[in-house]
Amino acid sequence: MRILLVEDDAEVGRFVRKGLQEAGHTVEHTTNGRDGLFMAAGESFDLLVLDRMLPGGVDGVRLVETLRGQGNHTPVLFLSAMSGVDERVKGLKAGGDDYLVKPFAFAELLARVEALGRRPAVDAPATRLKVADLELDLLSRTVTRAGKKIDIQPREFRLLEHLMRHAGQVVTRTMLLEKVWDYHFDPQTNVIDVHVSRLRQKLDKGQDRPLIHTVRNAGYMIRAEP
Amino acid sequence: MPHTRRRQQHPGPLWRLLSSAGFRFALLFAVVFLAAGLAFAGVLWWGTAGTLERQTDSAIRADAMALAERGRDSGLAVLAEAVEERLALDAEGLSIYLLLDPAGRRLAGNLAALPPPRPGESSWYRLSVDHDDSGPGEARLLVLDLPDGSKLAVGREVSEKQRLRDLLTEGLAWAAGAALFFALLGALLMRRALERRLTPATTTAALIAGGDLSQRVPISLHDDEFDRLGASMNAMLDRIAHLMDGVRGVSDAIAHDLRTPIARARNGLEEALLEESDDPAVLRGAIERGIADLDNVTRVFQAVLRIAEVEAGARRAAFAPLDLSLLLADAAELYGASAEARGQTLNTDWPASLPLVGDRDLLLQVVANLLDNAVKFTVPGGNITLSAQRESEWVLVRVADEGPGLSAQDRGRVGERFFRADSARTTPGSGLGLSLVRAVVQLHGGALWFEDAGGPPQRPGLAVLFQLPASPLSANALSAGALSAGA
Repeated sequence: MRILLVEDDAEVGRFVRKGLQEAGHTVEHTTNGRDGLFMAAGESFDLLVLDRMLPGGVDGVRLVETLRGQGNHTPVLFLSAMSGVDERVKGLKAGGDDYLVKPFAFAELLARVEALGRRPAVDAPATRLKVADLELDLLSRTVTRAGKKIDIQPREFRLLEHLMRHAGQVVTRTMLLEKVWDYHFDPQTNVIDVHVSRLRQKLDKGQDRPLIHTVRNAGYMIRAEP
Repeated sequence: MPHTRRRQQHPGPLWRLLSSAGFRFALLFAVVFLAAGLAFAGVLWWGTAGTLERQTDSAIRADAMALAERGRDSGLAVLAEAVEERLALDAEGLSIYLLLDPAGRRLAGNLAALPPPRPGESSWYRLSVDHDDSGPGEARLLVLDLPDGSKLAVGREVSEKQRLRDLLTEGLAWAAGAALFFALLGALLMRRALERRLTPATTTAALIAGGDLSQRVPISLHDDEFDRLGASMNAMLDRIAHLMDGVRGVSDAIAHDLRTPIARARNGLEEALLEESDDPAVLRGAIERGIADLDNVTRVFQAVLRIAEVEAGARRAAFAPLDLSLLLADAAELYGASAEARGQTLNTDWPASLPLVGDRDLLLQVVANLLDNAVKFTVPGGNITLSAQRESEWVLVRVADEGPGLSAQDRGRVGERFFRADSARTTPGSGLGLSLVRAVVQLHGGALWFEDAGGPPQRPGLAVLFQLPASPLSANALSAGALSAGA
């Protein structure tokens, strides 16, 4: 993916750039909002990673508002030291697609970057998702593995659907909480882990090949290959 | 800007006096008082001295007209006779007459000659008269030109009235002086009264500016504007003090609870550096532990900030109508799995709909914190109950566990930041969960309390109850309708 990173802190900028490059992405990095706006409007990127507060008279929110005003719909991920809920809402209202509060784990950033950059096309709604011998039918809301129907609860269905839509990508616990449960809060303990392991038990029962993998220090990934 | 500030810091005494609101009010009072006095004196003057003068003038005019008529009808000789006759009848000697024929010769009267004519002036004159007996006096004189060219002068001595007028003037002057005195006295008293009522507020403000935030404006029994001002100042100060406490809580938290994990992270990393281990796994383990410690620091920090944000009431922006039943179902589903994993049973009981207005993320956090505690403190295989019901204006939520419970003195301290009961010290947690619960419940205008869950004495269990204001029943149908329409 070609990613534009606008981050005024040199150290954070270097860290994010290096990490994204190691994950195989091309990263353009600029430190002020004006240049960022110029580049984002003039060139083609798959994703913008913006600091919320930027020098140069154009902050992250202004930048996104301007871009959206020009009909540019490149996905935007905000990085911010402002953790207040109002700040989050402001960023998303301006046209941001995701919001990550500093300090963050790089795995969390990478997972969100990949989820945003490879979002399924909206105009081609899939009715069936398939990973290896696991199939999920969105219309009949049924799950089968190797042709055998698996009894699954509605929330588990949504959890599995989210994992399968991002098959081959890391999905973090916070992302699951936000996307599957639709709440923004601190669950204190790893409640998500319990749900994932329950789902995993149902899927892998009587199978020799696990599909849902735990990615150390990051989250979960569903993939066909072991 | 610094220039004007300097001028305000070192004002001259005159500037200070002029800029005093008390002085300005007092001045306004004095001016209005004096204006009233002047108006009163003016009316009095016009009604007495003015009236006397106008009466004299009209008497002179009537007399002159009557004589002129007589002269026109009957001739100068008769007129002269009439004048003489009037003079003879005038016992007090106040009348003045003079009749001159066309040639300017005196025909009758007690005046030696006409006063020198003043061109362009009216025919009224003011004369000084000398009396042998009673000194100088003053007179009003009207001179008429008769049709045949002769001149008739008619006058009255007004010395008496003049004296009366002088007396009146003197009286009014005294009165004006007294009025000025009372105006100034009134102004002074008013200013002092204002100052006296405002002094407590300014003294309190000065003490607070000096750093003593515990000061409050004393409220008198008058219940007037000043008391209301003082009361609103006090309310403001209470709020500020509350916010200051919040800030102090945050800095206490940073001082106490963040120091430990930061120190732990630092020590671990330093140790790994000093050991110079050749085993990359050891180094890696140290770094991972360091990151975990730092993540823990971030979590505590976030929780403290969140509590401060909630306590400051800054999160009301996210308030919206919601159905607590759906939220409880989500929470039960989320934590039910954790309870199940520990062999515990989560019992639930609530009506189909519990509409209220609130912040859904915060309310879920509340239920999540309580369920998390319940799961943590209940023995494996035990029961946890999450129930809710509507009680008139309130929605009452109860989370009960089969844990060790809370002693009476601990109950008072629960909700203080970082407080952890002795029995809870061994379980993981920051001691911030219930602080946040309490802050969120208060933000929603509700209340939080604790009860025994009714278990055996050695393990009574704890029931945490909180109530939130419910949406009015009439709105139930509306919001339920909106929900089903939206779904």
